[in-house]
Amino acid sequence: MTTTSEVGKIVASKGIRKREQRGRIIMGSVFLAAALITFLFFVGDLEPGIETRFVMNPGGGSAEAADWVFPTATVLNIVAGLSAMLGAYQIIRGFGKLTNGILALVSILFIFSFLSWASAGGQTNLAGLLRVMVVRAVPLTLGAMSGILCERAGIINIAIEGMMLTAAFVSTVFASLSNSLWVGLLSGILAGGLMGLIHGVLCIKYKINQIISGTVINIFATGITSYLSSKFIQKVQYQYLNEPGMFPQINVPVLSKIPFIGPILFSHNMYVFAMFFFVALLTFMLFKTRWGLRHRAVGEHPKAADTLGINVFKTQYMAVILGGMMAGFGGTYFTLGSSGRFDEVMTAGRGFIGLAAMIFGNWHPVGSMGAGMLFGFFDSLSAKASLLQVPLPSEFLGMAPYLATIIVLAGVVGRSHAPAAEGEPYEKE
Amino acid sequence: MEKTEEKKKNSIEIFWDEFSRSNFLVILLAIFTGIVLGGVLVAITTNEVYEAFRISFWSGLGTAFRTAWNTYVALFTGSVGDLGKIRAAFESGDGLTIRRAINPFFESLVQSTPYIFGGLAVALGFRAGLFNIGVEGQLFIGAVTGVWAGYAISGLPAFIHIPLAMFFGALGGALWGFVPGILKAKTGAHEVITTIMMNYIAFRLVDWLLKVPMHDPNEFTPKTPWIFETAKLPRFFDTPIRFHLGFFIALLMALLVYLLLFKTTWGFELRMVGSNPNAARYAGIKITTATVVAMVLSGALAGMAGANEVLGVNYRLLPAFSSGYGFDSIALALLGKTHPFGVVLSSLLFGFLRNGARSMQLTVGVPIDIVSILQALILAFIAAPAIIRTIYRLRESKTKEDLVSLRSWKG
Repeated sequence: MTTTSEVGKIVASKGIRKREQRGRIIMGSVFLAAALITFLFFVGDLEPGIETRFVMNPGGGSAEAADWVFPTATVLNIVAGLSAMLGAYQIIRGFGKLTNGILALVSILFIFSFLSWASAGGQTNLAGLLRVMVVRAVPLTLGAMSGILCERAGIINIAIEGMMLTAAFVSTVFASLSNSLWVGLLSGILAGGLMGLIHGVLCIKYKINQIISGTVINIFATGITSYLSSKFIQKVQYQYLNEPGMFPQINVPVLSKIPFIGPILFSHNMYVFAMFFFVALLTFMLFKTRWGLRHRAVGEHPKAADTLGINVFKTQYMAVILGGMMAGFGGTYFTLGSSGRFDEVMTAGRGFIGLAAMIFGNWHPVGSMGAGMLFGFFDSLSAKASLLQVPLPSEFLGMAPYLATIIVLAGVVGRSHAPAAEGEPYEKE
Repeated sequence: MEKTEEKKKNSIEIFWDEFSRSNFLVILLAIFTGIVLGGVLVAITTNEVYEAFRISFWSGLGTAFRTAWNTYVALFTGSVGDLGKIRAAFESGDGLTIRRAINPFFESLVQSTPYIFGGLAVALGFRAGLFNIGVEGQLFIGAVTGVWAGYAISGLPAFIHIPLAMFFGALGGALWGFVPGILKAKTGAHEVITTIMMNYIAFRLVDWLLKVPMHDPNEFTPKTPWIFETAKLPRFFDTPIRFHLGFFIALLMALLVYLLLFKTTWGFELRMVGSNPNAARYAGIKITTATVVAMVLSGALAGMAGANEVLGVNYRLLPAFSSGYGFDSIALALLGKTHPFGVVLSSLLFGFLRNGARSMQLTVGVPIDIVSILQALILAFIAAPAIIRTIYRLRESKTKEDLVSLRSWKG
């Protein structure tokens, strides 16, 4: 005897299978389109015998690497063929769980062919481009991890921007006053944690809608930092409050001497290394420890977690405070790691892009860092677009990450999986 | 038992009983508390106050109070006008002097106008359960399409050209709202993220448009050409008063949104989708259609905010012409309890505050950003009435005080 619910389940699973099939075909078509564009627009546009030169040295680094020169058309044809093959396999058989990885590969191949085409007959500093990419990815990745910490416990955090901005301001003032970067860093982290706590009180205790609570914090942070900034630290007599200094560049011994990779990954100030460290730490904590299991349980099914004796409210408060501290750490990057001074609204929407990186990376630290790198790359590319011989305005290159986010959200990559109980205030019975 | 007890109370007590439970009182107290806290902030960031505290506690307290008071007096004078000056101007009878004296009041109305459009846009979205953070981007696109209709189409009489340019503005914004709407309806992509992304796309697109295709060849910096006289929203007074027809268009829109939401079946369905999508689905309402139409209308209103600025105030489009109207609108919509008339009131409040704050910055040196702080504080208190009810020991409201029903990323 089949009950109605069982019938419903069968129908639903059929629907899911159909959707998966459709997704597979769409994805395969995207790969084929990438191959086709490479072949028609990039290869078709080239003069015969032209070469591309990639400079593999960002300049100022300690390691030397020879330039990479190759015949453009030949290499691009190989790349296009490879993408086409991947696309055909995706349509016929499907890569299954590997799909997202293959998508990343095809995207990288496509960007590579774009760059090769754009610098055909000239040269592009590939190492410099990638080095800037890593640097630009730092605030985005740290912001995304702040989001992950909160959202894995069921609290939406769109206040990353405000938390970062507050931390940037506070760290500047305290670092200038104490003459110590580490005091500034610590104060910034604490300020971020405080903003996280406020977010928690508003949406856990008072049960305000979490998106509205985040908006309140963003508006407040913009207001208070700009107010104090124009009242004090932008004025000449208080100039000493806005001279925090910057963390120095660290050249990791041995590793920074590796040609090409060394200067890109191992010659930065401590923020880049901290980013890698935190990504690894958070991945381990969330997915390999008891703490992480509890944390995620609260985000997926708070009632079940409560029944098993997990303190839901305590977990959520801890999540927002830790998330705030992570955003705070990311915020100090703007002042102590990048510019050495505070300017009004200097985060310029990076917190929101971090949020997008989180969704792009499917609420996973490693994925989010990948998304952060992708956004960072386009950031770095659009800054250099005027140097490339491209018929495409730099503004359009700058749009690419946002378009990509929309496409990802629209389900081309397969639906992203937000924690199930996100956004719903937990009511203890 | 309770009823007989209530009968014993006199009418004033009954009134107070009702009043202390009402949302209206909470809004008033939220604004009041926000303003008090803002005054405290101004006082504790002023050097003279600390110097006075060094003399004695009472002189410190007095100076603190005077500082906050002077700030708000300057804010009032900047937003409404100096009452003494206005009287003197009317006595002198000189037209220009009078206009100068009453200009702050009308300038505040000019400031409020884009807020009304933007606030309505956000409020309409909230009513349908959508959080449109994309008002800023829709506003930019609306300004672009509006200004284009203003300078590229010529030879029309004003009574056709003005509505046409406004319509173009609405159309641009609607298009920018349509994309997140259709994505939400068809794929479930959450509008908070898609609208934020659409914002950045809009900023970059407008940057490029101003630099290349819409660039006025006579100018060095990126600017569009001036719009034709026939596209300008008429002003009601001579210089320096910039008060223009846009304000009344905004009021008309508020009325239309009110009628749409509360007096039509379609508006009822839209609100049902917003408050209880499951019930709406069972009632046979097409949620996808409602979502798309709500985003399109919301975008259209935001686009009109942009068109209003270029057709009524600037007469051309410059880069970064909006100082965050779109983001302020979110706070205004919530402050107005997502009701069209509430939005008009909150827009007026913040239009006056922002205009007053600008001259306050010049006269007493308090940065204009105090307005954002007030905005955040008031918004927090309104969103969490429990805070206000605890501070002032008010009773619990009888009705549920949910401002909006928004769902998480899952849609």
